[in-house]
Amino acid sequence: MGDDTDAARAGSAPRGVSIALAGSGGSGVMTAGTLLLSAAAKAGSYGLMVRTSGPQIRGGEAAALVRLADRPVDTLGDAFDLLLAIDWGNVNRFADEIPLAAGSVIIGDLDEGEPPEVYAGTGARFVALPMKKMAKGIAGSWVNMIALGLAGALAGLPQSALEDAVRADWKRGETALAANLAALAAGYAAAGGISPPLALPQVPRGAKARDRWLISGNEAAGFGAIRGGVRFVAAYPITPATEMLEWMAPALARVGGTLLQAEDELASINMIIGGAYGGVPSLTATAGPGLALMAEGIGLAVASETPVVVVDVMRGGPSTGIPAKSEQSDLSFAVSGLHGDAPRLVLAPTSIADCATTTQWAVHLAEALQAPAIVLSDQFLGQSRAIIDPPADPGLVAKRLVAEANTPGYRRYRNTESGISPMAIPGTPGVTYTADGLEHTEAAVPSSAARDHRLQLDKRERKLLAYDYGERWADIEGEGDAAVITFGSTTAAVREAVARARAQGHGIRLIAMRLLAPAQPERLTAALQGVRRVIVVEQNHGAQFYRYLRGHFELPGRPASYHRPGPLPLRPGELHQALVEWTNDRRATA
Amino acid sequence: MNDIGIQPAALAPADFKSAIKPIWCPGCGDYSVLSSITKALAMIGRPPHEVAIVSGIGCSSRIPAYTSCYGFHGVHGRALAAATGLKLARPDLTVLVTGGDGDGYSIGGNHFLHACRRNVDMTYIVMDNHVYGMTKGQPSPTTEPDWDSKLAPGGTKIRVFHPLVVALAAGANFVARAFSGDPNGTAALIAQAIRHPGFSFVEVLSPCVTFRPEQRDWKTQVHASPVEETDDPVRAARRVMTDDGFNIGVLYAGNRAPYSPERRTPPAAVAELEAEFRV
Repeated sequence: MGDDTDAARAGSAPRGVSIALAGSGGSGVMTAGTLLLSAAAKAGSYGLMVRTSGPQIRGGEAAALVRLADRPVDTLGDAFDLLLAIDWGNVNRFADEIPLAAGSVIIGDLDEGEPPEVYAGTGARFVALPMKKMAKGIAGSWVNMIALGLAGALAGLPQSALEDAVRADWKRGETALAANLAALAAGYAAAGGISPPLALPQVPRGAKARDRWLISGNEAAGFGAIRGGVRFVAAYPITPATEMLEWMAPALARVGGTLLQAEDELASINMIIGGAYGGVPSLTATAGPGLALMAEGIGLAVASETPVVVVDVMRGGPSTGIPAKSEQSDLSFAVSGLHGDAPRLVLAPTSIADCATTTQWAVHLAEALQAPAIVLSDQFLGQSRAIIDPPADPGLVAKRLVAEANTPGYRRYRNTESGISPMAIPGTPGVTYTADGLEHTEAAVPSSAARDHRLQLDKRERKLLAYDYGERWADIEGEGDAAVITFGSTTAAVREAVARARAQGHGIRLIAMRLLAPAQPERLTAALQGVRRVIVVEQNHGAQFYRYLRGHFELPGRPASYHRPGPLPLRPGELHQALVEWTNDRRATA
Repeated sequence: MNDIGIQPAALAPADFKSAIKPIWCPGCGDYSVLSSITKALAMIGRPPHEVAIVSGIGCSSRIPAYTSCYGFHGVHGRALAAATGLKLARPDLTVLVTGGDGDGYSIGGNHFLHACRRNVDMTYIVMDNHVYGMTKGQPSPTTEPDWDSKLAPGGTKIRVFHPLVVALAAGANFVARAFSGDPNGTAALIAQAIRHPGFSFVEVLSPCVTFRPEQRDWKTQVHASPVEETDDPVRAARRVMTDDGFNIGVLYAGNRAPYSPERRTPPAAVAELEAEFRV
């Protein structure tokens, strides 16, 4: 569906180049991809790298999917301009993930065999280069450095930026560095020797990088959490959330916090409830299976009014599902998967950079509202690395309403107008109480009386509904009588699709919802002013977001849905086509 | 001492009691254990607001609200997890965990193992009555295999769980057995457990007079431990595996350092963390 038409170019779609570096595990393609991204950052451009690998824990096939562009990008393009394969191993398994177009180029090493038919059959031009022999010719060098030089040269990056990236990351001796810089140079030179010359799109030369960051969504979420005030984390390792914890463990220690590896997710959630009860902003990170195990504990946080943040880095489900691939299929569970009437906050970051801001906001909201907040990140956001502008500190920090010492007649669950009651922090004299998952009176005494139950249910609902969430609840872009509503990692692909459609004269508004629960129907209605038709875009099989919106919001016309499960990402071209077809279908209009 | 140099009055057990009336049946062993806990806390001498008592679900898990300390009455089986989080986030607090055999050894069994091995400085008091009382009489992991019940007619036919041996094997740093019918002795054991660094485990035989009326006879069966406490877990394990289950006293007092993650002081500024992301 490579929609590289003049119309799309004329729109505001990003300009740049997409390169897939593939090979068997251990061939160093991930390192080469990371260095390519780093060099692009040094050269002043933006970019994204998505890691993909076979089901093996180590070894097997691997590919670094790199997109370099003139602006921040949080989605892959429709097709790759270049597939550079160090060897072919099982690289044919990536055919779905590495779409090629007729104008694409494949570079491979004939000593490793012919390119598989799934790639060769696309009409892409094949260029043979003996990369392994080239590396062998330079004692102590690695073939991935040849590949890095080739890819960097073909993308139009300066050789010096590539060398700087290698030097900055180098952890071995000087001799090996010299050998590999020579390999890099050989690869760089070989690109120029390809005849007839290749004319790949070039990375637009931006201004020299000022203060750009190279960061994954998992790292950004961890950073945002700490910036929001989180100082205690308990969690159990799970793909694809583990890197967030691995980043946070030393980072928390530096800022005076603690991370504990729990024995399971039942422990994780209850540990952070304990930490938060003690007055310390607390967080856990997990994926769908762990979120399911935490459901009872999150309900306890609701009932006991203990602020906790749960970051769910979503992956293909149900059950063990597809652990290392992205899907937005935990939405229904997050917004409704607790027993009892249990109001909770659910938020979703709209980009890798926004993982920082949204997680920070989640900490702020959880603490302000003494309620659990679930942050729906996903594997794509979490495990991809991007060059971003540093996310500005929104100044949102954990600020809890706490009880003063010796408050006369202190009642922990007092029925205040806002629904938020001052919380006594252990250590404070004269206001001791027992927090409880049992229904309770305002004074925190267990009670099964109808009046107390109703009062506390009302209070816990009211505190979330009455709060003013401000403008941050959604990103709203563009004008038109049609609107696309989406959330989370699909936002970037939708944005590019909308840009292409706009360039063709379709007026479409984009609404990327950041605050999913509690539902904000009035805000959405206001955002939809002048809109006569909506389509909901999401990455799951059951149209979960569409059904949620239909159940809790007023949508104009006959709302349409575009939904598809993982593991393959939604691509801009696919969405552009869907939007154009939908726009041309007048039945959807109010 | 306060700022005018007068020693504040010593705390009495009554200072640790709340006004809430327990829901327990008359004659329940847990009344005595509650009294032992407040006595022990008075001996320790920290004011109620510096003590937190965490529990799960069950008759004995109601204890926190019956004290004047900070309390957390969470969900079934997860008290040790909540307490671990609380103690690691707030090392300055004295943390106690109370609960029963179903809560601690069945639904919470995995947390029991890991709390023992993690050795966070807190005290776990289990009131073991070999039955689920709150749900009206089902067998627990410590129920005898032939005990007849509606849920397991004719008995479970499953061997009992041995909490003291498990605690030793998993690495608890202090292991004792107490009897609710001896509130002063139990109070002394609990105070010793609180003072002992690391994870201290006190199993209190606490009869359920409603569903296990035969446990009233425990008062004739318990006896002081005939040997001194040891810091050798092998000796302790051999002893507890061969005794009659009614030895009262400290079984094991180890010297493993408590788990206490280091914190950087003074903490680094958050902005320092940004450096690693910069291109």
